[in-house]
Amino acid sequence: MTNKATFTKLALATLMSATALSAHAGSELTVYTALEAEDLKRYAAAFNKKHPDIKINWVRDSTGIVTAKLLAEKENPQADAVWGLAATSLLVLKGEQMLQPYKPAGVEKLSKKFYDQDATPSWVGMDAWMAAVCFNTVEAKKHNLPKPTSWEDLTKPVYQGHIVMPNPNSSGTGFLDVSSWLQMFGEENGWQYMDRLHNNIARYTHSGSKPCKLAAAGEAPIGISFAFRGAKLKKKGAPLDLVFPKEGLGWDMEASAIVKGTDNLDAAKKLMDFSISEEANRLYNKGYAVVAMPGIAKPVQYFPENAAELMIDNNFEWAASNRTEILKQWQTRYDSKSDPK
Amino acid sequence: MSSRSIAMNAVGGASRRFLHKDQWVQAAGLLIAAAFLLVAMVLPLYAILSKSVQNKAGDFVGLENFIAYASSPSLFDSVLNSLFIASLTTVIVITLALLAAYALTRSCMPFKGVIRLLMMGPIFAPSLLPAISLVYLFGNQGFLKSWLFGESIYGPIGIVISLSFWCFPHALMILITALSNTDARLYESAKALRTSGWRTFFTVTLPSIKYGLISASFVVFTLVITDFGAPKVIGGQYDVLATDIYKQVIGQQNFQMGAVVSVILLLPAMLAFAADRWVQKKQVALVTSRAQPYRAEPNRRKDVSMLALCLPIIAIVIGVLGTAVYASFVTFWPYNLSLSLNNYQFDLMDGGGWDAYFNSIEMAFYTALFGSFLIFTNAYLVEKVQGMRALRGLVHLFAMIPLAVPGLVLGLAYIFFFNAPNNPLNSLYGTMGILVICTIAHYYTVCHLTSITALKQIDKEFEAVSASLKVPFYQTFLRVTLPLCLPALLEVGIYLFVNAVNTVSAVVFLYSANTTLASVSILNMDDAGDIAPAAAMGVLLMLTCMGVKLLHWLLSRQLINNTQAWRKA
Repeated sequence: MTNKATFTKLALATLMSATALSAHAGSELTVYTALEAEDLKRYAAAFNKKHPDIKINWVRDSTGIVTAKLLAEKENPQADAVWGLAATSLLVLKGEQMLQPYKPAGVEKLSKKFYDQDATPSWVGMDAWMAAVCFNTVEAKKHNLPKPTSWEDLTKPVYQGHIVMPNPNSSGTGFLDVSSWLQMFGEENGWQYMDRLHNNIARYTHSGSKPCKLAAAGEAPIGISFAFRGAKLKKKGAPLDLVFPKEGLGWDMEASAIVKGTDNLDAAKKLMDFSISEEANRLYNKGYAVVAMPGIAKPVQYFPENAAELMIDNNFEWAASNRTEILKQWQTRYDSKSDPK
Repeated sequence: MSSRSIAMNAVGGASRRFLHKDQWVQAAGLLIAAAFLLVAMVLPLYAILSKSVQNKAGDFVGLENFIAYASSPSLFDSVLNSLFIASLTTVIVITLALLAAYALTRSCMPFKGVIRLLMMGPIFAPSLLPAISLVYLFGNQGFLKSWLFGESIYGPIGIVISLSFWCFPHALMILITALSNTDARLYESAKALRTSGWRTFFTVTLPSIKYGLISASFVVFTLVITDFGAPKVIGGQYDVLATDIYKQVIGQQNFQMGAVVSVILLLPAMLAFAADRWVQKKQVALVTSRAQPYRAEPNRRKDVSMLALCLPIIAIVIGVLGTAVYASFVTFWPYNLSLSLNNYQFDLMDGGGWDAYFNSIEMAFYTALFGSFLIFTNAYLVEKVQGMRALRGLVHLFAMIPLAVPGLVLGLAYIFFFNAPNNPLNSLYGTMGILVICTIAHYYTVCHLTSITALKQIDKEFEAVSASLKVPFYQTFLRVTLPLCLPALLEVGIYLFVNAVNTVSAVVFLYSANTTLASVSILNMDDAGDIAPAAAMGVLLMLTCMGVKLLHWLLSRQLINNTQAWRKA
């Protein structure tokens, strides 16, 4: 361990003993998250400015791993709280009775669709991440591909074998795309759309960020992925254009919740209060164009200004309850086929 | 009457009390071995595999999940694909590894030490490194793309290449052990009878390593069938059983279906166990107490051709790993190829930075230290103890299971078992200890087989003679068996160390805020699109492992000189 960390620990210990007499003594919170590692430092620093006596111990991994871990630990939860996990995952946890309902002070200031509409919400939203198409301009030029502007464009024969998208059976992002097409186009037209799209797909990947990474590396000219990853890669120097199809974008939100059975309920409540605060929403806005509190978001580089309007009216409950059927149908239609050339 | 029964008779009577004590200690040892494997492997597996016959609410539903899985359209494809990939990879790897192991042990070709180190290269690197390299080499932007004649690297070709690359050292390790212990007198007889080199190879060499050869084949076959890393990264749409588990567990959090596929994956291991029993009955000890160590004699033509055969293998290893090293310095492949050291500033990156690196080293050290002694002692008890057949068979069966368990399943199994509120061991959860135990369990089988292969080649007469001289068995173990098997033991230690440094699939579920691991951070950096930093951390881990191997080689050379003189005689 570095000296700095030891020093911080010492400082913290001093602080803790100093506040030991007060009702909420210094405490540590184990927080599970799927946020970007670089964001964690900023978020924790801002939170600690307000609550220096609460230390956050992050356990960070990808959405699928964190969700699986939380569910597997159901009998003896290790996490006190979740800060930054897909709302779809939190809905599953809520269904398993694993979340502690709590109404953070000021939650009504958030847009309605950004928090659980139960009388006492079980989860509260932070920001939205939305689908986007990563379009590699260099490779497109090589293959003479015009820049698509809509989902329908992607089914044109010119793109045959040039598109990569995540497999909804292994990736939440993939499921987000499929469920948004079914909601936007209606079930029948949605499946017909995917039939046509399937003819152009080079392959389905197992992770949601992979298609955009493949597009960034020129392995495929077009990757159906999500905007946040695309913007990050573009910043790093990838020759990408982010396309936001005009029919509308599937989206999910990052959200927070208290895990039922925590020993640190008070501290966890403070974390929830902070996670919906105006200050926190400003923090989220650094990487995300749409945040839970209306009127806060400023335009973010590479995102369209009307990002919020492009987002479809996503019915999370419908998606969750039909998930198994949709995935089965998808698998029958596309997974068992041999690789398209 | 065999020499052994004479020895046994000689011991009868007077020293029965003594033998009794020996047996008591051995039985205790076997019970401890069985208990460890029970807690570290069998019970956790039961905790997750029992879900295969439950519904989501936890009620018993019989074979309902199996029927549901069997009726899914992709199952048949996955099974066929898995079998095809595993068979092809096994044939490729065993052929090449046998060739290389033969050259390393039976010829006098120059640069053996360096060649061996390089050939073990793939095992020193996290599995993501070769995957990144293959994309750089053969991907749509790859500089050797034309070598595939228009075929895509994303699919069966990519899976077979990357898994062959990754499994090669595993097979090499077992085959070198098998080829190292042999009786030179057989070769002298062959020579005296003017048997041709090829005939000697087929009538003396191959039969003498039969056990090692079959072990190695099953190891490779099972490793391939349970690995989901390569198919996930480079398999494209080519579905295999292991990716089916990934889809169910990570994609859909459906533990029940994940358990169903895991049960299916256990079948090859059971088959391996049965085959192993069958071969074991036929294997005869080769190093008898009268054995002469084999010493390769310089033979210019043979040595040069052996070297020539090894060179392509080395070229591939250097090519693939070299590409990964190159990748770690590239700013943004393939559009900005300028080189920089920026990617090595880990404290600015995702995933725990240098703390994670030192955690990994600490975890690997404990795993190697405790793991090698534990596994070797257990293997000794299984192989050399007389009687207690049922208990020995049980420990051996337990030892074969880990190979067939995908890390993903093992990791979740550990959560279900160790995190249960009524488990007295649940304070281990979230500590370094559970990472060490899990990693030892995860890599148990190959170490067990290497130890058994080495032990099998030592005549049981050593034990019989010691017993007749009233030497307690543990003294024979410490003073004869252990020194004889020292190379194998050290090999096991290094194997555990490098795998512990590079492992991801199981520990990804078990690390806590204080025990982040470098291998996991590689995965996360790659996932975040930081491919070059991921490669950089991978290269750092690879260099660390190679450094440790070198250190181990320097330190043990003296040790081996002292104890292994009989091999050089």
